[in-house]
Amino acid sequence: MTLFLSYLINGISLGSVYAIIALGYTMVYGIAKMLNFAHGDVIMIGAYISFCATQYLGMPALVSVLMAMVVCTALGIVIEGLAYKPLRQAPSLAVLITAIGVSYFLQNVALLIWGTNPKSFTSVVSFGSLSLLGGKLLISSETIVTILANIVIMIALTQFTGKTKIGKAMRAVSEDKGAAELMGINVNATISMTFAIGSALAAIAGVLLCSAYPTLQPTTGSMPGIKAFTAAVFGGIGSIPGAMIGGVLLGIIEILGKAYVSTELGDAFVFAVLILVLLVKPSGLLGKTVREKV
Amino acid sequence: MKKSNKKLTSNLITYGIVVVAFLLCQLAISGVIDGFSMSRSLKGQLIPICVYIVMAVSLNLTVGISGELSLGHAGFMSVGAFSGIVAAMWLSKGMGNENELLCLVLAIIVGGICAGIAGVIIGIPVLRLRGDYLAIVTLAFGEIIRNVLNCLYISLDGSSLHLAFNNPNIPGKLLVNGPAGATGVSKFSTFGMGFVLVLFTLFVVLNLINSRSGRAIMAIRDSRIAAESVGINITKYKMMAFVTSAVLAGMAGALYGLNFSTVTASKFKFDTSILVLVFVVLGGIGNIRGSIIAATLLTVLPELLRAFSTYRMLIYAIVLILVMLATNNPTLRSAVDRIVPRLRKSAARKESDQA
Amino acid sequence: MTQKPKRQSTTKMVPAPSHGIVPERDVNSRPVLEARNLGIDFGGLHAVEDFNLIIGKTEIAGLIGPNGAGKTTVFNLLTKVYQPTMGTILLNGRDTAGMNTMQANKLGIARTFQNIRLFGNMSVEDNVRIGLHNQVRYGMFSGIFRLPAYWEGERKQHERAMDLLSIFDMQDLAGHQAGSLPYGAQRRLEIVRALATNPSLLLLDEPAAGMNPHETEELMENITKIRDQFKIAILLIEHDMSLVMGICEGICVLNYGRIIAKGTAEEIQNNPVVIEAYLGKRKEN
Repeated sequence: MTLFLSYLINGISLGSVYAIIALGYTMVYGIAKMLNFAHGDVIMIGAYISFCATQYLGMPALVSVLMAMVVCTALGIVIEGLAYKPLRQAPSLAVLITAIGVSYFLQNVALLIWGTNPKSFTSVVSFGSLSLLGGKLLISSETIVTILANIVIMIALTQFTGKTKIGKAMRAVSEDKGAAELMGINVNATISMTFAIGSALAAIAGVLLCSAYPTLQPTTGSMPGIKAFTAAVFGGIGSIPGAMIGGVLLGIIEILGKAYVSTELGDAFVFAVLILVLLVKPSGLLGKTVREKV
Repeated sequence: MKKSNKKLTSNLITYGIVVVAFLLCQLAISGVIDGFSMSRSLKGQLIPICVYIVMAVSLNLTVGISGELSLGHAGFMSVGAFSGIVAAMWLSKGMGNENELLCLVLAIIVGGICAGIAGVIIGIPVLRLRGDYLAIVTLAFGEIIRNVLNCLYISLDGSSLHLAFNNPNIPGKLLVNGPAGATGVSKFSTFGMGFVLVLFTLFVVLNLINSRSGRAIMAIRDSRIAAESVGINITKYKMMAFVTSAVLAGMAGALYGLNFSTVTASKFKFDTSILVLVFVVLGGIGNIRGSIIAATLLTVLPELLRAFSTYRMLIYAIVLILVMLATNNPTLRSAVDRIVPRLRKSAARKESDQA
Repeated sequence: MTQKPKRQSTTKMVPAPSHGIVPERDVNSRPVLEARNLGIDFGGLHAVEDFNLIIGKTEIAGLIGPNGAGKTTVFNLLTKVYQPTMGTILLNGRDTAGMNTMQANKLGIARTFQNIRLFGNMSVEDNVRIGLHNQVRYGMFSGIFRLPAYWEGERKQHERAMDLLSIFDMQDLAGHQAGSLPYGAQRRLEIVRALATNPSLLLLDEPAAGMNPHETEELMENITKIRDQFKIAILLIEHDMSLVMGICEGICVLNYGRIIAKGTAEEIQNNPVVIEAYLGKRKEN
């Protein structure tokens, strides 16, 4: 039972990381209707920045996280402006391929700067772990911080999109770009803003991911990226609570699948559940089904 | 009648390009003409080029002709590769090594059939979905196939095959060894066979497009509702395109598998699916000739960039982004549109003058 | 496949009210279409309710009503794009419950679309050939390996397509890209494509939209010609009253998803309920 509980908590923790990444995917998809395959690599860059800040510059952990966020935000805006903005009118496949190009680009830049050898990431969280049930259940500080961060981000984002002017502009643009523009909303700025937020979240996710799984290399971001993307679809792409629920569920399924079914087949298990969910609900858990107009 | 002639000419040009390219390669390999030869590394790329052409053309059938974004094409390739390898090893044991070519052909057919079966199994759920959801599920299936192959053990004991899941302790010589993949594979694949497979793929895909079934497939792509309203069975024709594409990918996989002595499932990662998709998009969606050219150039390009070694993948990425930006640039596009019809018109005028 | 009609023609003295919008017509043949109590809800909104319509063989009927009355929704119900939440549809006497659009088409219902849905990248001829999909058949293997069935089928498709295009004198456009045709020609091509499926009931959704008066007049002639030549029934949605009143033998008026009047052109024109629906209530004084 305690073993199950600890798996469950690990699952929620991993799922929280997926959820934070998935938020970036889902927001960008909602507003720009594109699958930003480079998102996973922004995570990796964020983790490297934090790593360098603590390791080489001797900065405190929290400052390194902030630095990673700043760099990734800038990176997100630059990528959007240079690579995606010129393709606003292009077919979605062209944008997808460009995103893949950006993904290769980021991976190879990281490879040139930091090399292929995996770096051992030191956790940014340094207080001890929580011991429950008379020491039978140990919850690491990373897990606690990850889950807390996830909850805080979730609340902040729903408040942001629901209450603030920029948040409302984002929702308007995601609903109808043309109409939003006619209402005086600066569509380009709004999309840039979305990329900025998504990338800042990616930086946080990167640091949290590497705190829990400390090997850092240029390909670190790609698999979590794909899984977070899966999580976003799972929850209903475009929906913020959907990304959250999808991410956490996916994490739990992965950890439990690896623990109880087969370590090798853990990922297969995750994807199989995704397929089952989509067959029952073709637009994800919280996604809206759109009736095609005839 | 004029229109069908135009299509025929276009198809003949496509076949012609392939045949001429093959002959040039053969000439370069033989080294009959001085100074016209091929480097070793480029020679090693010949079979992979054929494989990627078949992959790109078959994916174009799904993405361009049928209009469904598939991100798991490498999954079918891996099914074809592993089943083809097992078939070839088993057959060569029975028939002896003299019948290499026959073994190869049969292995390719087996690879195609197995991938086709996988295509049917995957197609049933996948084709109920649409757009990006369909894309993510094909990606998921690609990953599942890879994961499952990673746990697969197949051995050859005398003339009987043993198959086990997650358990290497089976009698006989291991052909497929879980995560270590297929080892000790006989390299049956030849460039000639690759050429034949490319021609076969072209024959199937081009003839399919210009037939009743192909028109139905394209009708569904252009307007699903209109296609349904004229009595086209959506599921049947989507399935037809998807499975045909899977069969061809499986055949390419078998050829690919038998070109290396060791093949692991990690060779057919998501990246491979993406690589093939890049060929299709850069060659022009729905443009078969474009797929062939893009697959060839982009397979050779990293080889040519070998001089830049560490920077080559970076350059590749930048080239990819720039090409996408340039081909979708509205000003550039309209400029090209202005020039191209003029060229076409003058060509047409010449034709009519000659007639 | 087509079942024998359950209700054979009756030779009763009293004209059965169920034959066509205008009861006197076609008493002796069974109706092509019979919709009973048809209705659909979109999340609580009754888009169409209590829709009853009978269309006789070779009848030209009109479906009119203000914008948003649910006319296209009726088409979508009849062609099974939407599954009705209540009621039944009989096509040539067969219940279409549980069928999809493709099956409904095979039973003999074809349509055009309000916002044109041609296969724009393909040639005009190919568009018609796609309409002939179930009329001239050969298998995938014959197609790939160019067996005799392929050549035979392609020849037949070409001949039939040319014949059909000749209705609107469009043979010369056969090689053109469908999407590049002028608007009116695209509308005509959609009609040809629908006719290619050999329907017994043709639904036309605003066939004259975007056409000039001259083109509309030509279209009117052609619609009657098609009916006479192919012996089919036609139901059309149209806002151009000159067309509706000119060629429709029976007219059905829809407002807020309900039928408010049925009858001949003359009856409809003088119906106070219809006038109210279109122009609003006359001020009482």
